[in-house]
Amino acid sequence: MSAAQKQVVIDRTGQLFGCFVLLSLFIVAAKDPATFVGQTTIGITNGALLALIALGYTMVYGIIELINFAHADVFMMGSMLGMQLIVSMGVSAQSGVFAKGAIIVVGLVICMVACALINVAIEKIAYKPLRNAPPLAPLITAIGMSFILANLAQKIWGPSQVSVPDLIGNGSIAGVRIKDIVVIMVTAPLLVGLTWFVTNTRQGKAMRATAQDQGAAAIMGIDVNRTISLTFLLGGLLAGASGVLYALVNTTTVWNAGFKNGLFAFTAAVLGGIGNLRGAVIGALLIGLIQAYSAAYVGDRWTDVVIFSILVMVLVFRPTGLLGEQEITRA
Amino acid sequence: MSSSSGQAMLKLDAVEAWYGSIQALKGITLEVNEGEIISLIGSNGAGKTTTMKTIHGLMKPKAGRIEYLGRDTAKISTQELVQMGMAQSPEGRRVFPKMTVLENLEMGAFQREDQSEVASDIEDIYEMFPRLRERKEQKAGLMSGGEQQMLAMGRALMARPRLLLLDEPSMGLAPLVIQQIFDIIVEINRKGTTVLLVEQNANVALAISHRAYVLETGTVVLEGTGKELLASDAVRKAYLGE
Ligand SMILES: Nc1ncnc2c1ncn2[C@@H]1O[C@H](COP(=O)(O)OP(=O)(O)OP(=O)(O)O)[C@@H](O)[C@H]1O
Ligand SMILES: [Mg+2]
Repeated sequence: MSAAQKQVVIDRTGQLFGCFVLLSLFIVAAKDPATFVGQTTIGITNGALLALIALGYTMVYGIIELINFAHADVFMMGSMLGMQLIVSMGVSAQSGVFAKGAIIVVGLVICMVACALINVAIEKIAYKPLRNAPPLAPLITAIGMSFILANLAQKIWGPSQVSVPDLIGNGSIAGVRIKDIVVIMVTAPLLVGLTWFVTNTRQGKAMRATAQDQGAAAIMGIDVNRTISLTFLLGGLLAGASGVLYALVNTTTVWNAGFKNGLFAFTAAVLGGIGNLRGAVIGALLIGLIQAYSAAYVGDRWTDVVIFSILVMVLVFRPTGLLGEQEITRA
Repeated sequence: MSSSSGQAMLKLDAVEAWYGSIQALKGITLEVNEGEIISLIGSNGAGKTTTMKTIHGLMKPKAGRIEYLGRDTAKISTQELVQMGMAQSPEGRRVFPKMTVLENLEMGAFQREDQSEVASDIEDIYEMFPRLRERKEQKAGLMSGGEQQMLAMGRALMARPRLLLLDEPSMGLAPLVIQQIFDIIVEINRKGTTVLLVEQNANVALAISHRAYVLETGTVVLEGTGKELLASDAVRKAYLGE
């Protein structure tokens, strides 16, 4: 059997397995539709939050082939800053709807910008000087930056869980939690906006060109350094939004919140095919759904096992990820 | 010389360049006048590509001086050089593999102010290379080597260059296509673009060049008009395989 034939067999097996999972889901859904719909919306919400983080991983990897470990902690910083802002402004669960809505919008904007600046600064300070060093050097620096941010947060906000005022509450409309609606209302425009930016604007084209061939991009007159900064900026914006939403939905956050969420988001990016924006979003939604279904139907304890087993299987059987294209490079 | 206005568009004076501890250029001095086609020839590793990169600001010279349009380029970035009309079709084509042919051509015009005229210029490129029109929606990475070479050249032309740097535009092309490419180079030059051409194909390159320089291990060992070098014994032996 040729390698291509083998891949076809593996893919078919994977698809068969997927169908089996879908069928089982269909059966449990038919048994108890209410639980199923509830879990699905929770899954989509989790997935949306992960997607915002996963995009930062995948964009940065796409452009400088670095796994930016510090990205997860930028997300954590977003959740902490969001919490701090809400608390400092004295807004609480008892505040009026207008005050709550305003602080959510303003908090999102401020934290997105703050996280974007943090991310850009990290690149300037820690990665740019190592641009021509062997790839292991920036990778280790990235892990270092991750520790620095996490420990900084621990120093400022303490070692235990910090509670966040429950501004959205647990109400629901037509069986869908308002929390889920808020997350979708914030995430969807961000994803659409990012896609539009990357496909249509001049700077977006510069990003794609730089990701494909940095040297050739420079020859076109593209400012490669600025384009890389822009990539970190966009990733930071999305991570900041994700952090604030995470704090609002879970009504708690902690200095190491980035660890597990970052790992899941990174898994999502790999699952979708690292470097591929659409892949990251689909991968994140899949992981969010798996998380929610496995919590409801398999048991919470198994969630991590299920997710990381999937990661290992994808890496072994389909290393380019679900949407990863076959490399098109003809030298 | 013949068609030059006498004004040096590009001047290299004792330029040295290093890759880490390896010295690739050991003092290159050359001149390109407005309106000329100048060839750089030389064997593998002579420093031709390094010269092109250094001219385009992709590498900084360690010593010596480069002047483009009368300005010292030491403090000028590649982006600015592109804005000042310097475009390159680099060695190995370097098309953007996941972009379509059309998008690649658009990238060539990235630094242009007059974005409204890009569409009509793309038409001109399609006239020049009809194959690109047929393939315009195809991903560049899936094109044949020759097609990619045409695209790389078309993309460089999209910058409406004053000085066009071509690094081995005939590499990997069939003889018929090579002739076609060289006809196009002459045509572009006649319309007013100055050309600096790096070629292994010394015979064809010298035939269309006003002047040429022969490089060997990072230095200029010979210079003269295309005709002179074609007739020189040393060149015939070393580069034309006679
Ligand atoms: N990235 C690099 N790192 C280290 N050395 C390099 C690098 N690129 C080129 N060199 C060295 O610099 C010298 C000049 O190389 P250059 O690519 O300029 O030659 P060239 O004349 O273009 O050759 P060719 O005809 O094979 O394209 C060579 O000795 C080469 O080994
Ligand atoms: Mg070369």
